[in-house]
Parts: sequence; C-alpha cells; structure tokens
Amino acid sequence: MSDLAHGAHPQGFAHQFEDVEQQRDAGRLGMWVFLVTEILFFGGMFASYTIYRALHYESFVTGSHLLKVRFGATNTYVLIGSSLTMALAIRAAQTGKKKGQIIFWLILTMILGAAFIGIKLHYEWFRDYQEGLIPGVQWFYNGPHAPGVKMFMCFYFFMTGLHAIHMVAGLGILTVLVIMTARNKFSPEYYAPLEISGLYWHFVDIVWIFLFALLYLIGGRYPGS
Amino acid sequence: MSNHSEQSGHVGHVVPVSTYIIVFISLMAGTALTTGVAYIDLGRWNTVVALTIAVTKMTLVVLFFMHVKYATGLTRVVILAGFFWLGIMITLSCSDELTRAWEVVPQGWNMIVPLVSRLF
Repeated sequence: MSDLAHGAHPQGFAHQFEDVEQQRDAGRLGMWVFLVTEILFFGGMFASYTIYRALHYESFVTGSHLLKVRFGATNTYVLIGSSLTMALAIRAAQTGKKKGQIIFWLILTMILGAAFIGIKLHYEWFRDYQEGLIPGVQWFYNGPHAPGVKMFMCFYFFMTGLHAIHMVAGLGILTVLVIMTARNKFSPEYYAPLEISGLYWHFVDIVWIFLFALLYLIGGRYPGS
Repeated sequence: MSNHSEQSGHVGHVVPVSTYIIVFISLMAGTALTTGVAYIDLGRWNTVVALTIAVTKMTLVVLFFMHVKYATGLTRVVILAGFFWLGIMITLSCSDELTRAWEVVPQGWNMIVPLVSRLF
C-alpha cells in the first residue's frame, strides 16, 4: 500500500489521504452517512404508516387488496436483478475489465430500472387512475372503509412516488457513470463514483423490498382476509 | 476468480461472482416466498413473516451487494446508529399515538392491547 502513497499518484488519488484504501473508506463512510439520512427520511413515512395502520387496520387491508400484487412482485424481481447487474458493473471496474463490459452492466442496470418505472406507471398508476383510486385526482371508490382506504392510497402514492423519484435520480446518476466510464475515468485503483452510486442504487432497492411487503402484502392475500 | 493482481490490495475487496449469484438467487427466492406466504392464512403472523423475510433480504443486500461485510468498523457503527435512530423514531411515535386513550378512559390499558396487537 505504501508504494502507492509515495510513488506516482494513482488515478483519482487525493493528496490529503494516506493511501488509496483510506480514501475509499472515507468515501464509503460519507455515502453511508447520507444513506442514514435517507433511512430517516423514508423512516418518517414508515413511522406514520405504522401508526395509521394500527389505528385503521381494516381500511389498510381493504386498500392493500386494491393494489396489483402481481406487478408489485414483478417489480421486486426487476429491482433485485438491477442490483445484481450494478454489483457486477462495480466488480468489472475493480478487476480491470474492458470499459465495454462495465458499460454493458451499467446499461443493463438502467434498462431494468427503466422497466421498473415503466411497469409502475403503465400497469399500476395508470390503472389506478382508470379505476379512480388516486385521492384528489380521480377517486371513484365508495366501497367499505372509504375514508380509510383513501388515506391508505395517499400513503401508497406518497411512498411509491418518493421511491420512484429516487429511481429516476438513480437513472440520471447511471447515465453520468456510463459517460465517465466511456471517457476512461475508472480503473482498478479508482472507481469510487461507481461504488458510491452502487450503494445508492442498492439502498433504493431495499426501500422497495419494504414497500412491497408493507403496502402489497398487508393482512395476507388469501380469500376472506 | 482471484488471480494475483486482484488480490494485491489496491483494488479493495473483490467479491466472487458466485457469491453475488447466490445472494441474487436467495433474494429472488425470498420474494417468491413472501408473495406466496401472503396467500396462506396465518392470521397476524402474515405480517411477522413478511417483515422477517424483508429484513433478511435487506441484510443480504447490505452485507454482500453493499460490501458492508468487508467494511470498516466505523462504517458499520454509522449504519447501526442509523437503524437505531429509525427504531427510536418509530417506537417513540407509536408509544405516544397508541397510548393516548389511557388518560381519558379509566382502566383503559386493556383497550390498548388490541391496538398494539394490530401492528402485527
């Protein structure tokens, strides 16, 4: 390690660090501090969700059964796949693969991310609109627990909407990464932007794992639940 | 998987592709499992099972995809602190909201039991 600190500067090495590994640890730590603020940001919604669900459980179950669980599950598979391809993109950079291979995994990640948003928009939100399940925009529902279901749908749209905004931001970040890779910015010594963005992408994946469990699967999906 | 240059310490920890694939398959299986279990009547345990699977999936993503298994102690402490703070936020918010009936209704503690149990 010391030969890196004293020898010629490796690509992307900032002089205030002892060595490349310390720089990398600092970058990871900084990103995790940001992700902790994101955990608490989404956590506020999860906390209010928990409370209102406890107070209006039947309404939340009724509302949950209006969601399209098949597409929620499909999107979970899609996002997990995109996490794998993201991890493989970083690995390709770490092991010094040709930039074409890094770009391949990044583009695949983007395609899966875009597929997630496409499925969400087309098969879920658009149909919710047609079925009149969007509070304040298009609301036809007058079945049991109508006021509570309206509140559940508010939670659903705010939580999945906030998540979708994070997905769109992630796609923007991935675009930048593709351009940086194409311009030979990364090497096995320096791939911090890839790794940091990967942490963000995986975080967004984790948020969806919980949204899927909490919004789509409440109180079971079995008949009579 | 690991030729000499990959292990030289300059490139950070390189996770074998096989590990990524195993984690990926576990996550897919977990998603199938959690979706399938939702169609089985377990009563209140449906939520417990769904959350347990979700937390397991999160742990897999954090440890392997996010490389926390190979991270420094400082990074781990920061992450644990984040989840601890999330716990404080949810627990204290619930302890306020779900106990508000106590003062109004005498001996109302047993009215709270159904509310708390609904969390699951």
